Amino acid sequence: MAENITNKDIVKEENLVFKKTSLFTEKPLSYCPGCGHGTAHRLVLETIEEMGIQSETIGIAPVGCSVLAYEFMDIDMQQAAHGRAPALATAIKRLYPEKFVFTYQGDGDLAAIGTAETIHACNRGENIVIIFVNNGIYGMTGGQMAPTTLPGMKSSTSPYGREVISMGNPLKMTELVAQLPGTYYVTRQAVHTPGAVRKAKKAIKQAFENQKLNKGVSFVEIVSNCNSGWKMEPVQANEWMVENMFPFYPLGDIKVPAEQ
Amino acid sequence: MKELRLMKGNEAIAEAAIRAGVDGYFGYPITPQSEVLEYLMAEQPEKRTGMVVLQAESEVAAINMVYGGAGAGKKVMTSSSSPGISLKQEGITYIAGAELPCLIVNVVRGGPGLGTIQPAQSDYFQSVKGGGHGDYRLIVLAPASVQEMYDFVGLAFELAFKYRNPALILSDGAIGQMMEKVEISDQIPRWTNEEIKKMSPWATTGKTPDRPHNIITSLDLDPHKQEDFNHKLQAKYREIEKNEVRFEEIQTEDAEYLFVAYGTSSRICQKSIQMARAKGIKVGLLRPITLFPFPSARLLELSKQVKGILTVEMSAGQMIEDVKLAVRCSIPVEHYGRMGGIIPSPAEVLTALEQNFL
Repeated sequence: MAENITNKDIVKEENLVFKKTSLFTEKPLSYCPGCGHGTAHRLVLETIEEMGIQSETIGIAPVGCSVLAYEFMDIDMQQAAHGRAPALATAIKRLYPEKFVFTYQGDGDLAAIGTAETIHACNRGENIVIIFVNNGIYGMTGGQMAPTTLPGMKSSTSPYGREVISMGNPLKMTELVAQLPGTYYVTRQAVHTPGAVRKAKKAIKQAFENQKLNKGVSFVEIVSNCNSGWKMEPVQANEWMVENMFPFYPLGDIKVPAEQ
Repeated sequence: MKELRLMKGNEAIAEAAIRAGVDGYFGYPITPQSEVLEYLMAEQPEKRTGMVVLQAESEVAAINMVYGGAGAGKKVMTSSSSPGISLKQEGITYIAGAELPCLIVNVVRGGPGLGTIQPAQSDYFQSVKGGGHGDYRLIVLAPASVQEMYDFVGLAFELAFKYRNPALILSDGAIGQMMEKVEISDQIPRWTNEEIKKMSPWATTGKTPDRPHNIITSLDLDPHKQEDFNHKLQAKYREIEKNEVRFEEIQTEDAEYLFVAYGTSSRICQKSIQMARAKGIKVGLLRPITLFPFPSARLLELSKQVKGILTVEMSAGQMIEDVKLAVRCSIPVEHYGRMGGIIPSPAEVLTALEQNFL
């Protein structure tokens, strides 16, 4: 009997186990193969789709690899100057308190040039979601040292490895903002395995749901890889991330609302 | 009978913002314009009109809040003084590049650097030639009275939305701090979100099924598209030059000499004209109200009538370059100015006129 089954018999609604998130545009992703951004984008878009809030959501894209996030996400978006996304989000949320507003930022954007905007938006308790993708390097610009680059880690501006004594320490922004009274929910996740993706999705959905409560910033860090910037193959990059990034940037919730 | 109030120029900006139906003001304290934010915080406009007022962590954050609000179609503004306006230039060029309407107010103080807190007009180049990186222009209005500080808020928003371009009110510490009688206009209601969707269909108000997603960006990596976009911007600026030139003339009908001055300097020149005419010197004044677009055509006409032009600026002479270009160097154009926060006296200006031309 098996030889009589055609594609037509297989492609049926009841057999569907996975489909493209409807909020992705038709534009092919510009990210390198193996990069975590595509998955992180999908989790944000799935969340918006499941919550049915496409028409109520405004996103802010950063400067960095995800500068073109607005080309892939079928939602209204603004592209901010480097590091300024939380300032844009602050104004939009205050002017449209009923909307869902999120920023999507990398580590150079959020933890270096945008440190002031990040800390003050978090400290004021702006009722927004911040998605922070941390791959420890400036990807778009070509692999330069980031505020999150690990000690000893090589980059194009730390070619002999990050020397802490002269180049300073990596900055744990997520632990830092968790100290501020204006953050409501702070968590660190990853998207390198199916299990991690499920947890990250849950965290992102929680963050968006929190906006209904008006209780401050929900901050989701996603530790990710940059195989191009790290000069590794995708699998090797993920292994390196697990062995080196996770001990320094441990996964899990850092600040959870008391009532949860 | 309209309501009259005695107000500081900075307070007039703030009250005018509320009355013009502004949705959001984002600022940072700096002398000599802090009264704008102070007045707004004391007035609690969220109770009067629902207007949002926020003291940002920096001028950089404040202008980027304006960028966010403007992209979402709201009527938003910021104000600052010279060093703060320098910090805002990044945001201003993004706003110009994304073609968004907004208002920026500069209550100028002397520079360079931290300079002084006293009035100056030394930010002319920065205001009318762009200010940040890239080829762009702001619509620049130069008030010469507290009443104009008030009136130009509404006018600036009207022009900003007409052309989807940031507008700048270029004032100075004297006009910001001095008190004059102001005729207060009636309250204009803030736009509803439905009105915004109709008026500004490009704004990020949330993607609905009836339209593609709206994107606010100044980025295009394709150089040909970026050049096309630049041509589009330049065409818009030519349109603004064609339609929006505003200026005032005082006693130019019989003038043999001409002062060109804006803002505080133009007020001083009016006294100098009285003193000169008492001595039989026929001098008039052209006061540009818009600095971009500049009243070049009218100056060219006047250059056929007068023997010489003296620009009076509280700077080393910046607007003089545009005056020389306007008259195509057909007659002598000289500059008189004071710097560092000093306001010239009418007698000094008259002496400069006499020394240069008589």
